[in-house]
This record gives sequence, C-alpha cells and structure tokens, in this order.
Amino acid sequence: MAIALVLVLVVVGSVLFHALSPWWWTPIASNWGYIDSTLVATFWITGAVFSAVVLFMAYCVYRFRHKEGQKAAYEPESRKLESWLTLVTAVGVAAMLAPGLYVWKQFVTVPKDATEVEVVAQQWQWSYRLPGADGKLGTSNARLINADNPLGINPEDPNGQDDVVVEAADLHLPIDKPVKMLLRSIDVLHDFYVPEFRAKMDMVPGMVTYFWFTPTRTGTFEVLCAELCGTGHGFMRGIVMVDTEQDYTSWLQQQSTFAQLTGPAKVGALADQAKAVAAME
Amino acid sequence: MSAILIFLALVTAVAGWWLARQRLMSKPWLEAGPVNAFPETEASLLHPAKLGLGVFLAVVGALFALFISAYFMRMVYADWQAAPMPRLLWLNTGMLLLASVALQCAVVAAHKGQVDNLRLALLVGALTSVAFLGGQLLAWRDLAAGGYFAAENPAVSFFYLITAMHGLHIIGGLLVLGRTNVRAWRGERPAKLTLTTELCAMYWHVLLVVWLVLFAVLAGWAADFVDICRQLLS
Amino acid sequence: MVDVTPHGADLIPPAEVGEMELYHPHSWWTKYVFSQDAKVIAIQYSGTALAIGLVALVLSWLMRLQLGFPGTFDFITPEAYYQFMTMHGMIMVIYLLTALFLGGFGNYLIPLMVGARDMVFPYVNMLSYWIYLLAVLVLVASFFAPGGPTGAGWTLYPPQAILSGTPGGTGPGIILMLVSLILFIIGFTMGGLNYVVTVLQGRTRGMTLMRLPLTVWGIFTATVMALLAFPALFVACVMMLFDRAIGSSFFMPAIVEMGEQSPHNGGSPIMFQHLFWFFGHPEVYIVALPAFGIVSDLISTHARKNIFGYRMMVWAIVGIGALSFVVWAHHMYVSGMHPYFGFFFATTTLIIAVPTAIKVYNWVLTLWRGDIHLTIPMLFALAFIVTFVNGGLTGLFLGNVVVDVPLSDTMFVVAHFHMVMGVAPIMVVFGAVYHWYPKMTGRMLNEWMGRFHFWVTFIGAYLIFFPMHYVGLVGVPRRYPELGDTAFIPPSVHTLNEFITVAALTVGFAQLVFLFNLFWSIRHGKEAGDNPWRATTLEWQTAGTPPPHGNFGKELPVVYRWAYDYSVPGAAEDFIAQNDPGPATQGGPA
Repeated sequence: MAIALVLVLVVVGSVLFHALSPWWWTPIASNWGYIDSTLVATFWITGAVFSAVVLFMAYCVYRFRHKEGQKAAYEPESRKLESWLTLVTAVGVAAMLAPGLYVWKQFVTVPKDATEVEVVAQQWQWSYRLPGADGKLGTSNARLINADNPLGINPEDPNGQDDVVVEAADLHLPIDKPVKMLLRSIDVLHDFYVPEFRAKMDMVPGMVTYFWFTPTRTGTFEVLCAELCGTGHGFMRGIVMVDTEQDYTSWLQQQSTFAQLTGPAKVGALADQAKAVAAME
Repeated sequence: MSAILIFLALVTAVAGWWLARQRLMSKPWLEAGPVNAFPETEASLLHPAKLGLGVFLAVVGALFALFISAYFMRMVYADWQAAPMPRLLWLNTGMLLLASVALQCAVVAAHKGQVDNLRLALLVGALTSVAFLGGQLLAWRDLAAGGYFAAENPAVSFFYLITAMHGLHIIGGLLVLGRTNVRAWRGERPAKLTLTTELCAMYWHVLLVVWLVLFAVLAGWAADFVDICRQLLS
Repeated sequence: MVDVTPHGADLIPPAEVGEMELYHPHSWWTKYVFSQDAKVIAIQYSGTALAIGLVALVLSWLMRLQLGFPGTFDFITPEAYYQFMTMHGMIMVIYLLTALFLGGFGNYLIPLMVGARDMVFPYVNMLSYWIYLLAVLVLVASFFAPGGPTGAGWTLYPPQAILSGTPGGTGPGIILMLVSLILFIIGFTMGGLNYVVTVLQGRTRGMTLMRLPLTVWGIFTATVMALLAFPALFVACVMMLFDRAIGSSFFMPAIVEMGEQSPHNGGSPIMFQHLFWFFGHPEVYIVALPAFGIVSDLISTHARKNIFGYRMMVWAIVGIGALSFVVWAHHMYVSGMHPYFGFFFATTTLIIAVPTAIKVYNWVLTLWRGDIHLTIPMLFALAFIVTFVNGGLTGLFLGNVVVDVPLSDTMFVVAHFHMVMGVAPIMVVFGAVYHWYPKMTGRMLNEWMGRFHFWVTFIGAYLIFFPMHYVGLVGVPRRYPELGDTAFIPPSVHTLNEFITVAALTVGFAQLVFLFNLFWSIRHGKEAGDNPWRATTLEWQTAGTPPPHGNFGKELPVVYRWAYDYSVPGAAEDFIAQNDPGPATQGGPA
C-alpha cells in the first residue's frame, strides 16, 4: 500500500521539482534557441509519458493488491491494445526526432559568411588564432610546434603571416556575426564548451573539427573543457568575451600577428624546421 | 566498421533463418499439451561440442572482422604506406591449405575406421600446421631484417598484430590436435576419435578461410577490390 | 546452425541421463572450489562480483564526498579522484553487472530453467570463472602498482589514457587495466559459449523456445550479443597495448605532449572510440536484457498473472538485441566524427525506443487486473519500472542528436546512465536475489531487513539521480573533481551537491544491511520449502532445495506448458507448474 502512495509522490515530486527548482540552463547567448525549444518539447513529451506510466502503475498496485480470495484475470495478450500502444509510441518518438533532425541539419550547415576562428587546446590551456586581413588561416602542423611557434603555424605559408595569435589569453568575438570555430588539439582530446552558446564539439589531435554559432548577447563567458583530458581537466578554463563591433575592433588592433611574434630573426630557423618536416612526410 | 557490419549481417541472417523455424509466432498459452507435439522446435541432436565450436568460430570471425575494420579505418590516413609482403607467405598459405586437406582426409578415415590413414592424416595436419607457424615466424624475421619493425609503419604494425592473433588461434588448435594425435597413436579406436577429428577439421577450415581473407587484406588486394566495386557502382 | 534431422521420437533427448555423462565431484576441493557444477560456479561468480562491487561502491562514496564537500578531504587529489572514477565505472559495468547477470544468474538459472542437469561444457565453465577471478585480481593489483590504477575514465580514450598527464598513463596502471579486460573477455567467452549452447541443446523434452521463461530469453540474447560485442573491446585493448608498450601508432596521432614531440604519427583517436562503443553500446543491453527478462518473471509470479504479451516480449528482446549493434555512434555525436552520421544514428537510436517502450507497457499491463502480492521482489520490480522509465526517457534527450549537443559530457549524462543502467538493473539484481535466495539456500531472507533495504535504496537512489539531471541542465560538466568559482553555476548547485552526497552515503550504508542479511539468513532465515512463491518455472520443481548436483534427481522433468500459467480459469490453484501435465490438457497443438 505504501508503495502506491510513494509512486504517486514520485510523480508529483518530480513534476514539482521540475517546475519549482531554481536549477535550469543558463540564459542563452547564441542563435541556438532551437536546441532549447527541442529540449523543452522533449521534456513535455517524456514528462507526460513518465507521469502516465507511473500513475497507472500506482493505480494498479492500489486497485489490484492482494486481498483474500482474489484471483487475477487470465489475459495472455491483446493485439489491438499492443498495436495501438506501438503506434502512439512511434508517433511520439517521431515528434521528437523530426524537429531534432531538422535542427541538426542547421547545426551542421555552416553559413557561407561565417568568419573562421581557430581554437587550439593543449593540456591545460586554450589559445586562439584569427585570420588576418586576408581572411584566411595559414596551414599548421603539430610537428612544427616549439617554444617560438606554440600553435605550429606553417611559416612557409603566406596566408599564415598575418594570422592573429592569442596565446593562453581571452578570446573576443563580435556580436551578431556567425563564426565557424575550427577546433584543433595538440595533445589529447579536449572539448570547447561554453554553456551559454549551447554548441560544443570535441577537439581531436591530428584533425580539425568544427561547429558554428552566432553570438547574440554581449558579455563575458567562461570556457570549460568538456572532454576528460588528464588531471588538469577540471581547471582548464578560459574566457570568451562577446563585444560590440567597436570594442572588438579596438581589441583586435592590440593583438599581434604571427609575423610580428616570430620576428625576422626567428623566421629563418622556423622555416628550416618546416622544410625538414615537409621532407619527412 | 563496414567489415564487422557485413559479418554481423551474415550472422543475423543465419540466426534469423534458424529463428524463423522455431514457431516464434505461435501462441504458447494455447498449446499446453503433450510432449512430441512440436518436434522441430525441440533441441536437436547435433552434438553440443559441434554447436559450441560453431558459436566460438562466429566469435573468432567477429574478432578478425573487427581487426579488418580497424585496418580499413586506419588505411585512409595520410601517413599510410603499404607493407611489403614476404614471398614466404605463399608457401605458408600452401602449408595451411595442406593441413586443412589432411584433416579432411582424417575425418574420412575416421568415418571409415581406417586406423593407419587416420594416424597419418592427423600427423600431417599437425606437422604442416607447425610448418605454417614456423613460416610465419620466418616471414616476421624477413620483415624485421628489411628494417620493418612494429612501431614505425602502421601497416607493418597491423601485419605483426594480425598474424600474431591468427597464429595464436592456430596454436590453440594445435593443443587439441596434438592431444588427438597422441590418442590416435596410442591406439584408440577411430570411432572414438571421430568427434574430435571432425572438430579439428572444422576449426582448421575456418582458420584457413580467415587466413585467406587476412592475406588478401594485408596484401592490399581487398582494398583494390573494394575500389573496383566502388568505381563500378558510381 | 541446426542440422536438418528427421522428425520423430529419436530427436528428443532421453529423460534419463546415463551416470557416465554426469560429472561427479570426489572431494571437498572439487565440490566447492574447483567445482564444475554451474550452481557452485554461479555462487562463486556472484560472490566475486559482489566483493569487487563493494570496492566500487566505496569508491563512489569517496567521489561523492569530494563533490559534495570539495577541499575537505586532502587525500582526494584530482589524480585520486580520476582513479576512483575510472575504477568505479569499469568495475560496476564489467566486473559487477556483466559478471553478475551472465556469470551469476546465467549459471544458476539457465540449467535449472531449461531443465538441464548442468551446463553442456562444465569444465570450460569452471575455467571461465577462474579466468574471471584472475581478471579481477589483475584489476585489484593495479591499485597497488606504482602510480596507481589508470585514471583515464572508464572509456579509456586515447591519447590521454597512455600519456603522462593522466594517472597511471605511463605507469603500469593502464597496462594492468588492459590486460585485465583481455582476460575478462577470454573468460567470458568460455562462459558465454556454455550459456548459448545450453539454451540451444540442453533443453528438456517439451521445452520449446516459446515455452522458455523470459529470464532465459533475456540472458540468452544478452550472451549472444556479448559474444559478438566483446571482441570489439578486445581488439581496442590489444591495439592500445601495442601503442602503449611498443610505440605503434594505431590510435596515436602526431602530438606534442607537455612541450615534447611524441614519436607517434598519424593514428586516429576516433577509431578507438568506434571500436570502444561498438562494444560499449551493446554492453548497455547486455546488462539490460537479463534485467528485462528477470523482472518479467518477478512481476508475473508475484502478481499471479501471466506476463502480458509474451510473444511481443520475446520479439522485443530479439529486436532490441539486433538493433543495439547499429546505434553505437550516438555516444560520439560531439566526438568530431562526420556530422552526417548524426542523422543515421539518431534515427536508429530513437527507433530502439519503440520495442523498449512496448516492454514497459507490457510489464505495467501485467499488473492490471492482477493479484498483486507486495513481496520484496515485487517492490524491487516496481522500483525497476520507475527508474528504468525515468532513465529511458532521458535517453531520448541524449539520443536525439541536436539535444545531445548541449547535454553531452554534463552531469545530465551521468544521471541518465546511472538511472538506466546503474539503479534500474541493480533493482532487478536485488529483486532477483530476494526471489531466488530461498532456492539457493533453502531459507528466506529476513523480511524486515529486506523492507528497510528496499525503501532506503529505492527512495535514496531516486533522490540521488533525479536532481542530478538538473545539475547537468545548469551546465555542470561531468568528470570535474570540483567546480571552483564558475560564474554560471549558482551557489545553490553546491547545496544540491551536498544533498546528493548525503543521499548517496545513506543508500550506500543500506547496502551493508543487505550484505549482512545475506549472511545472517543462511542460518537464521525462515525455512523456505521447495516453492515458496508458488511459481511455475522448473527451478522451483527440483528434487530438493537447494537443488542437488544434477538438479532434478533421477528423471528430468518433462514440460507440458509455457512458463506463465498463473490464475488459469478453472484450475484448482492459482499456478500450474510447467512440468504439470494438468487434469485434462486444454487445446493441444494448434
């Protein structure tokens, strides 16, 4: 008997917890409001199913609990009922899947006007690279990484000379401009995760992954690593600031390009290394 | 993961064919009644050891299909360079083929009760298998002598890894085959050796097929074949 | 796989088994230690699994203490935290749940339920247990190895699993872990062959497939899946051993580790993830299907009603088993694999929800118009349905590719999989232990300790994991030993974490009551008799309790009906045993 009551309490408690608890996602700061809507729709459907199943169960336990002289019905199956339930379930599942796939299509289709921004992760810090005036990122290679060239940018590639390098510092992004985040790791798996942007993707050494989004709100947001990357995983933090157009431009002007950072003296040595690596491969 | 999915599709087909004969659509609550009513759905008289070996070979098949899947997945990366194939492998393949043929002869001999033929065939099966293993070791030595060690080139790493795995399975089989040999040469009657001989033959046939597929994959013919199929389709 | 054999009487195995065919132990050692009796092996498997599971339980307390009260316990460094986390996950999934459901319940129940005297290959079965024990010992050894056990997370993702930034990565920790897994897989394969062939070949006369209890169907299907899925883990482990031990580059690309260029080149970490999850997702169902089967039998027996929609339940088990091999990459939506895979795997993943939902409906509909005895097994079965439905529904969030993007790698995932493959199957384990303990020992478990255990475990586990979803919804990532000062995490989350820790410790201690009960009741429990639950299946119709070696005395039972003849109209009692020919057999072959 107590169990029937507890089952009802589980449903009531869960629904109340959902409605009243202060724990909910952080206010969104990107264009991915569709993801939030799909999530809310999923909450409604699954919440209804959970309540219905558990309340029905509570009723059964209350109504059909053992009493003296009671006998259970003999009812091997009911094709009609089972078919209906299957059909309703399939419709419910489709109702969640269809919008999900629709939004996923948008998620994987990067708009043509998106600016590329490269994030480079290593144990346990974040660095960034922005394309310079030419709008193109130069090529890179993990084999070229050393103290003078921490991101492994190819010094032979003219596209890379004007790339803006932000090593272990904050990233700034202009508001309302779509960005394609190119994600690169130089050691282990990491995951560039800003809860307010909703989007995230693993960074895999040896390849470049990506996702895109449009920042829709200015402010300072914390970057966390969301893929276990060793003992410092929990402390691998960074800052992304979404700026107005003017603030962004003034920040960008203070940054140094790859050519400025390496300086003419070092470029020769780096180029030799690049040739050596190219010959090796 | 295409290789393992194709393999699993085959397993599913076999399982589905068998399940289709088990009256899964029947309503068991209506069928309370005497034994002998549903003869096809009873456990069959196939010897459990044969079925057990069959299931085990399906597991072995899955294992090697997964190695092949990994091989194909790794192959598409930029640093891939095909490994040289020691020519000795052809001889080894011949040895394993001989072993398989010999064990098939042993099965025939066991059924006919021919003691001498059985002994001879079992011995030839065991010796050619040992020769296969020895040949594989020599092939390793050839590769190593050519400067191909397991670490530098992934294709070579795969070669060592996959041939080692296959060799370990042959060694496992040789334990049983060795025991069968001892029993045969100590004068046990062929009738009592039929089952173990049949099991050995079945195991060797499958490992031969596995080896042929692995050889084709490691030598690169399988990849060429897949490419040709792709071109035909597109 | 079955020969086409002629129909007729010679097809049917004889009821009596010749003495020569049965193995008989001759000494104490071969009877209780190196035993080839599946029932003894089952108890050995269960005991070992529970013992190592207790270690994993203690590790979870330590983790919860750190999460609830960060900074209070100096000895829980981030390194230690990751080691606890990894070992907790690995032990619970593989060494406890898989071993307990298949090695424990599989060994005990399959021969009894199909009416066999033992497994078909008793010697191999014995080897299976000893190799499992060896795997457990190797795992335990890694705790004492220099550098400690691996802290790579139970997924063991390279490259970090074998690098110096991860505890145990460059020491023996990771090697021992991989070797232990390889041993486990070898041992399991030996046992698995037995379970499959025994179900196929060891069934007694009249035991057609459609007369099998769902427990056997669940364990059988799970074993077939495990036999085909574990090789993927085997391959991944062997290849990672190569990478770690001899420096090959299967999974290792060119990287710069702590400022040093590594010798590796060109490998693919994603390839490991494909192999791992090709095993890892079927593994979820390897744990879940036996639980599905067992809980069906618990509900039917204790509600005195046939399981509703038996055929549909069988088809659903087989269908889920087959489908679960084509959903693995839903663990990899944000792994960087080709984004178009997301469409395929989201679709297959949500399709698998349909047969799973049908099973839930049929359990609940079995209660409808039943005669529900609220025994402890029944209570645990009800708790299973609640937690499984809850965890299954949150799976629809994570399976739907785009909804998974914000939630992946947050505490939402942790809450989801604990609810669906931690709490729910464990509820079935408890229900099953209370149900079959009388058969194993001849005595009932103590009722009051049992009820205390149930209430604390059910309510406590729900209070741990339901709120945890919302911690994840806030955005708290998983695998963080502490949250520190993070702007988007409100202080109330820390309070919630403290609450969850208190709940977890409470539930943990209730398990000690359960363990005490297991030992106490061996001597002090109420006498059970042969069939205390008045159940229909063959294990309750043995020639004594606990069943002797050979299970069924001189003659094997002959089966006349399916496993669910409860409350048959017109019958004298509210159950008819499967081997009961009945007064006048109704129907006959259709």
